Amino acid sequence: MLRYIIKRILMLIPVLIGVSIIVFLIMRVFSPDPAPIVLGQHATQASVDAWRQANGLNDPIYLQYFNFITGAITGDLGTSYYTKAPVLKEIFSRFPATIELALLAILLASVFGILIGVISAVKKNSIFDNAGMFLALIGVSMPIFWLGILLIIFFSGTLHWLPSSGRIDPLLQPASVTGFYLIDSLISGDMYAFRDAFEHLILPASALAMYSMAIIARMTRSSMLETLQQDYIRTARAKGISEGRVIGKHALRNGLIPIVTVIGLQLGSLLGGAVLTETVFSWPGIGAYTVACILKSDFPVVQGVVLLIATVFVLVNLMVDVIYAFLDPRIKYSKKEV
Amino acid sequence: MPKDISTSSDKNSIQAAEYVEKPESQLKEMWATLRQNKAAVVGLFIIGMLTLIAVTVWVSELIGVQILPYDPNYSDMSKSFIWPNAEHWFGTDQLGRDMFSRILDGTKISLFVGVAAVAISLSIGVLLGSIAGYRGGRTDAFIMRVMDVMLAIPSILLAIAFMAALGKGLDKAVIAIGLVSIPEYARIVRGSILSVKENDYVQAAKVIGNGDSRIIFKHILPNIISLIVVRATLGVSSAVLDTAALGFLGLGVQPPFAEWGDMLGRARGFIFTAPYTLIFPGIAITITVLAFNLFGDGLRDALDPKSRIK
Amino acid sequence: MLLEVKNLRTEFKLKRGTVTAVDDISFTIDKGEILAIVGESGSGKSVTSLSIMGLLQKPGRVAGGEINFKSQDLNKMSQKELQKIRGNQISMIFQEPMTSLNPVWRIKDQIMENIMTHMNISKKDALARTVEMLDTVGIPSPAERANDYPHQMSGGMRQRVMTAMALSCDPELLIADEPTTALDVTIQAQILELLYRMREKFNMAVLLITHDLGVVSEAADRVIVMYCGKIVEEADVKSLFAQPLHPYTVGLLKSIPQIDDESDERLYMIKGMVPNPLNMPSGCSFSDRCDSCMDRCTKEVPKLQEINGHKVRCFLYEAKEGELNVK
Repeated sequence: MLRYIIKRILMLIPVLIGVSIIVFLIMRVFSPDPAPIVLGQHATQASVDAWRQANGLNDPIYLQYFNFITGAITGDLGTSYYTKAPVLKEIFSRFPATIELALLAILLASVFGILIGVISAVKKNSIFDNAGMFLALIGVSMPIFWLGILLIIFFSGTLHWLPSSGRIDPLLQPASVTGFYLIDSLISGDMYAFRDAFEHLILPASALAMYSMAIIARMTRSSMLETLQQDYIRTARAKGISEGRVIGKHALRNGLIPIVTVIGLQLGSLLGGAVLTETVFSWPGIGAYTVACILKSDFPVVQGVVLLIATVFVLVNLMVDVIYAFLDPRIKYSKKEV
Repeated sequence: MPKDISTSSDKNSIQAAEYVEKPESQLKEMWATLRQNKAAVVGLFIIGMLTLIAVTVWVSELIGVQILPYDPNYSDMSKSFIWPNAEHWFGTDQLGRDMFSRILDGTKISLFVGVAAVAISLSIGVLLGSIAGYRGGRTDAFIMRVMDVMLAIPSILLAIAFMAALGKGLDKAVIAIGLVSIPEYARIVRGSILSVKENDYVQAAKVIGNGDSRIIFKHILPNIISLIVVRATLGVSSAVLDTAALGFLGLGVQPPFAEWGDMLGRARGFIFTAPYTLIFPGIAITITVLAFNLFGDGLRDALDPKSRIK
Repeated sequence: MLLEVKNLRTEFKLKRGTVTAVDDISFTIDKGEILAIVGESGSGKSVTSLSIMGLLQKPGRVAGGEINFKSQDLNKMSQKELQKIRGNQISMIFQEPMTSLNPVWRIKDQIMENIMTHMNISKKDALARTVEMLDTVGIPSPAERANDYPHQMSGGMRQRVMTAMALSCDPELLIADEPTTALDVTIQAQILELLYRMREKFNMAVLLITHDLGVVSEAADRVIVMYCGKIVEEADVKSLFAQPLHPYTVGLLKSIPQIDDESDERLYMIKGMVPNPLNMPSGCSFSDRCDSCMDRCTKEVPKLQEINGHKVRCFLYEAKEGELNVK
């Protein structure tokens, strides 16, 4: 297993090189010159030239790429055109906000998705099944950002229950230890801050979770329906154990195996959805920031973010495969199979 | 593999011909099953209605007849933010434009972008997938690694990056959205080709001297067409969602044209003062996406023999 | 009498109509007896066993009759009450050893679950009993193999595990639904041997469901032949093989290949196919395939007649003065 993991991590390298090439092509070869955007339209030709020179944009493109890659290997992703701060610092100051949001969203999506899927499968064709699957259908058909808007209109605008934007009341901001406000506020023992951070999280996390929840619910339903048809379920029933145990211990344990893959894939797509959710809720995370940087042609930041997100995506996939092996004893990752 | 090439080639070519005829009956059978699926029929009906609206609006604009209650792009600041009433069913927006007219007008853009983007990703994806699956070896490895790399970047982020490179606008949105979904089609087509490639009828077609492209287009693709149709239908729904997302971020269709996502993005500032401006465009997007999802799910069920027994 | 099935009727409600899979069948099993039910697929033999276990899934349901186990009607019991009997007093092994064990559970956990559901013993004792049962059914180094997952075992081993599981709570009745069908011939013999030995050891009754007359002749005390949901013949195993009465039984016996048969004749085959349950022939359900079919057979349904413990459902025979006569 360890060998397999190491091998998979090594395989990450070509993927990341591929990702960097694609981003580089899009941002540096096909995109318009960033200088006028960064310096403003009234910048003199001399200042543009100086700026391009300073940022290495006058080098031949292969040299630019080479410089970028050698920098990336040593952990230097360059500096932002605007803030002049190192890209890594820019990213890591915002990344925890996105991770916190995405993790809560995937948690909500998994718990409710599996719950709805299992109930729908067990009570097939009942009113629960129909209602659950209708909800799932709406979930995959609704734009994330519109759901966010609806949540704001209803829970913030009409009911005044929850805040509509931001991560926390600035006055309550906990001392940064992990960057996760829920954890930081607990560390500092500030329950007001914890509560406030949680209240700020609920709406964006729900909006972000909806689509994934719908996908997970649909997959769980079909996986469970198939599992419930299996011979070993009949064997379990023939043992005289309760129906609850048949479903919970025998069917779910098997039916969940394919769901793990779906959840992993969803965690990847959540990072994309975060772009929209963060925009709607003015969430100070990496998603909204990236959009802004793309639009401002802040190349170094965009390259860094995309590389980071791709790494996370590939690592999550690896994690899914490892969990898979734990859930399904039939799978053994041998050296050959990679 | 045919056991005896010299004597059985005629028979095999007949078999191959018979196999090509099969997809037609396959589609027929799909249609028969589909008709019994209420949800799919509803989806198809909505798609029909949306198409009717889009075409009518488009044609009437071409010939210069106004059939919408108001000019969707005519702005009258004195009439801004009128809440929905008998005169303006969906109210008016921040510039005093009639929301109902704008939403009907927006149908044509969403449908056009959805279908056109799918056409792009479909044609390129099918081509790449066919080459990869059929050629195998290094070509396959190279194409599929590129696809893997594209899949490792969230598609909306990739689309935004494309937009930044290409510039804003409707045509560019189509291209960006089309490009990012190529991998999905390539994967499906490649997988299917790998599984049908070794079938006797394909081998037979090869034996009687058919060229590669002829084999792909005449013998292989017809057999996986239903799979592609399903994927493409569901693809339209995600393309409509992506269009709306780009529009919402201000990257899609540029003003004054009415596009649902763009309408939502521009009305965001009035979320508490004029929430209705944010309700109707979202409903329009959801209904459109829902229709294609219903229809696509129905198609998939009709295709899947397992669910047919149900 | 351990089990008495009386006028059992089982139906499947389908969109295109109701199928009566088991049509008014009655039989009994005594303590320690091996009763075989023989029939082709679709004859209702498996549905009978699932009806007894209360394991029929929708759209199937028991539509009438009684299933008296030790004088209690299982059909009238709630699922809760049935659960106390299933896996305990009545247990079952299935046809497909490859798929009947949960692939993600170690086999010891699957057997221990059965034991701990019905016996009030500690986990440690349950494990000891599990290993003991695995040993009893002939699994070598049972303590180690108990930790295996099903995919690490062969089909024959898995069927032994299934048997160990079914026997783990000393059942009084074991229902074995085609226990050997999916196995190699040599393994088949071993599993039958095992069933036979277990019957002796635990004095339990066995309801053996099979389509294989070879299996019947080796293992059973008494035989029921089913066709299209009805019992067409019932006799002790010697009489049935010595003097089969129903044309269907005769056909089945004739279609078994004989190793010492040196004639060049082709093997006998019953003509036609099992009728569609939604479109049964009128009269005797075997009439359209029967070589001795008479006018009457397509119009009336024959009754099950009994003489000297040998029962048959056919117009060829008429019960008269204590003897069955050919008409």
